[in-house]
Amino acid sequence: MANHNKHIDEATGTETTGHEWDGLQELNTPLPRWWVMVFYATIIWAIGYTILMPAWPLVSSYTTGFLGASQRSQAIAAHNAAVESRSAAGSGLVDASLEEIQGNQGLLEFAMANGRAAFGDNCAPCHGTGATGAKGYPNLNDDAWLWGGSLDAIHTTIQHGIRGEDDDTRESPVAYAIGMQAWGDDGLLNEQQIRNVSNYVVSLSGGATESGADLEAGKTVFEENCAACHGEEGKGSQDLGAPNLTDKIWLYGGDVDTVVETVTHGRKGVMPAWSGRLDPVTIKSLAVYVHSLGGGV
Amino acid sequence: MRADTQGGGGGQSPLYAAAKKVYPQAVKGTFRNIRWAVLIITLGIYYLLPFVRWDRGPNAPDQAVLVDLPGRRFYFFWIEIWPQEVYYFTGLLIIAAMTLFLMNAIAGRVWCGYLCWQTVWTDLFYAVERLIEGDRRDRMKLDKNRWTGEWILEKVSKHTIWLLIAWWTGGAWVLYFADAPTLVKDLATGQAPFAAYMFIGILTFTTYVFAGFMREQVCIYMCPWPRIQAALTDEHALNVTYRYDRGEPRASVKQADKLRKAGEQVGDCIDCNQCVAVCPTGVDIRKGLQLGCIQCGLCIDACNTVMDKVGREGNLIAYDTDINIQRRMEGKEPVFKPIRARTMVYVVMIALVGALMTFTLATRSFEGLNVLHDRNPLYVQLSDGGVRNGYTIRILNKRTEERVFVLSVEGMPKGTTLQAVGITETAAGDPVIPIGPDQTRELRVLVNADSSANLGKSVPIAFRITDTGSGESVKTEDYFKGP
Ligand code: SF4
Ligand code: SF4
Repeated sequence: MANHNKHIDEATGTETTGHEWDGLQELNTPLPRWWVMVFYATIIWAIGYTILMPAWPLVSSYTTGFLGASQRSQAIAAHNAAVESRSAAGSGLVDASLEEIQGNQGLLEFAMANGRAAFGDNCAPCHGTGATGAKGYPNLNDDAWLWGGSLDAIHTTIQHGIRGEDDDTRESPVAYAIGMQAWGDDGLLNEQQIRNVSNYVVSLSGGATESGADLEAGKTVFEENCAACHGEEGKGSQDLGAPNLTDKIWLYGGDVDTVVETVTHGRKGVMPAWSGRLDPVTIKSLAVYVHSLGGGV
Repeated sequence: MRADTQGGGGGQSPLYAAAKKVYPQAVKGTFRNIRWAVLIITLGIYYLLPFVRWDRGPNAPDQAVLVDLPGRRFYFFWIEIWPQEVYYFTGLLIIAAMTLFLMNAIAGRVWCGYLCWQTVWTDLFYAVERLIEGDRRDRMKLDKNRWTGEWILEKVSKHTIWLLIAWWTGGAWVLYFADAPTLVKDLATGQAPFAAYMFIGILTFTTYVFAGFMREQVCIYMCPWPRIQAALTDEHALNVTYRYDRGEPRASVKQADKLRKAGEQVGDCIDCNQCVAVCPTGVDIRKGLQLGCIQCGLCIDACNTVMDKVGREGNLIAYDTDINIQRRMEGKEPVFKPIRARTMVYVVMIALVGALMTFTLATRSFEGLNVLHDRNPLYVQLSDGGVRNGYTIRILNKRTEERVFVLSVEGMPKGTTLQAVGITETAAGDPVIPIGPDQTRELRVLVNADSSANLGKSVPIAFRITDTGSGESVKTEDYFKGP
């Protein structure tokens, strides 16, 4: 050991450890006592900690510790607390009307946050995370609303769905069809009639029609068959969920071929009713949130 | 066990060294007086500042300095800082760092010697100790005879007073985070929040331990500043310096007389060790500048007293620079150059950041507008062929009364409409937004351009809010996206 040839460093008067590297010797400068004490204290702390808290891995589990702390139970407790506080905050929404919610800053902020989360969980799979929709799934950011874009209309739609299983579901109250009639499949119009009426419909919104299309004939077909739902001028009806054919927004596409396909086979867009699956506060929040995206009339 | 004794059997080296207790002696003089003054001023500010009132009107706290964590505000006299403005703290930190560097370049570790809280509270604790246990000799004697009646009595009273000071220190700290008089009442009646008691406990403990027991060890082992400052100081910096050119070789008064008669060269230091006895960190300054020296100047006072007594010129230890010792030894005039490239850089930095902060503070508006453009979707087409963009905007009202803002958009063609959810509109169709005192409000705003607009892919626009009362307004620029 080093103590056999004890060596004192001349400059400092301190003993060296006897280790030498390229002529450099290490001074033996002991640590301060408190430092060592703190070091021991951390060791004792560590031992106590591994006894009290989950620590050591076992073959298929781990030591749970005497305090019974577990991140899982903490997470569950935190989750429950969050749910509870949310329902407390949401209780204000129960009695308030949709307009009242919109007019009250606190309720509005809660409904928006709650609605945004619920939208992501439930609506985004069809309508997209940004509510931009897709072919057959309406874009909720624009101003075209098949079944009405007012707060109440949106609320009703979310509650009862469209052409769904709900007793109060929204559907076209027309005896012969759920959704749009399949004029070709059902043999009600022949191919030429369909082509004519499709060209006419596309022309309503200023779209490109086929050259040589007989728009006059199409108009006649339209007035005899389509105007019942879409109106004489093709402006549609929100009561029937019949789209406005004069605007620039097309759920399935506004070119002649797509319209021909629509007229031939019909369209039966469906949305589920949420009143059985989501609580009323969440549905109200959703209505407020969706309305904020691009709500209209 | 001590560093200089061998511990354990077989001549093993000691594992640790017990700290050598320092018994600084009382001292009188210029620097001692300066330290008293600094101690009284700094502690006075610290303990009393929370009780200074500042009238901010009905909806804001009346405390001059307040860190309002739940309300997310920081109040400093006439200044109110919002979370959006934390860059002021960045500025303050830069100024603080630069001031520290400047102090260092001019006069070494003056921060350590006079202003550091560790120094100030340790000094206060030493004062209490001295008051109760007496000066250096009495304290050394006292510690040799433990468990006598006197020892117990003095130790108990010392620690009681120490604990009271430490407790008051922790108590003052929490007062910066709530209305001080109310909190004092709540603390006394046991109704204050748990966090308050916890922080008082933590700070009582740290003050008691750091100022009462760790003392110079904090400076030597725990504080990074002595290491950093070594890199910041240079030969032009004033440091507490033993002028060895004048002091060496040492000789007692008698011996010096003898040697002088014999025609030999003798220094002024009489090796009385007074400078070491008074040093709060137990440093022998005659060995040169070292890590342990906090530059408090007490050894200067001690040595000057000695020099006075023996009738020699004072300032054998003084604030001096390395370069001057060198120069004097070479027979040149001493110089002092506080204005150097290094110090100028610091001064300019301080001035720049200070000016910038003053400017932004002076011109800062009392309303704010943050705009966030929707990304998903960037835009939507409307049924008439127009285009709609969605924005989330946040409006800040930094005044303490409710205000009503009108939101408008600039840079859009005629026929553009604004829609804000849950908001009424002016006759011209602009949203009218009331915001409570000292609050923010987030809104979803839709901007609709009509079909005739024929906009490009990206149009620079600006949102503007205008206070309907005072007419103050701010604007924030953004873009309107199209297909
Ligand atoms: S050496 Fe002198 S200046 Fe340095 S800490 Fe000791 S008394 Fe203070
Ligand atoms: S107090 Fe002055 S004279 Fe006495 S030992 Fe220190 S430097 Fe020398």
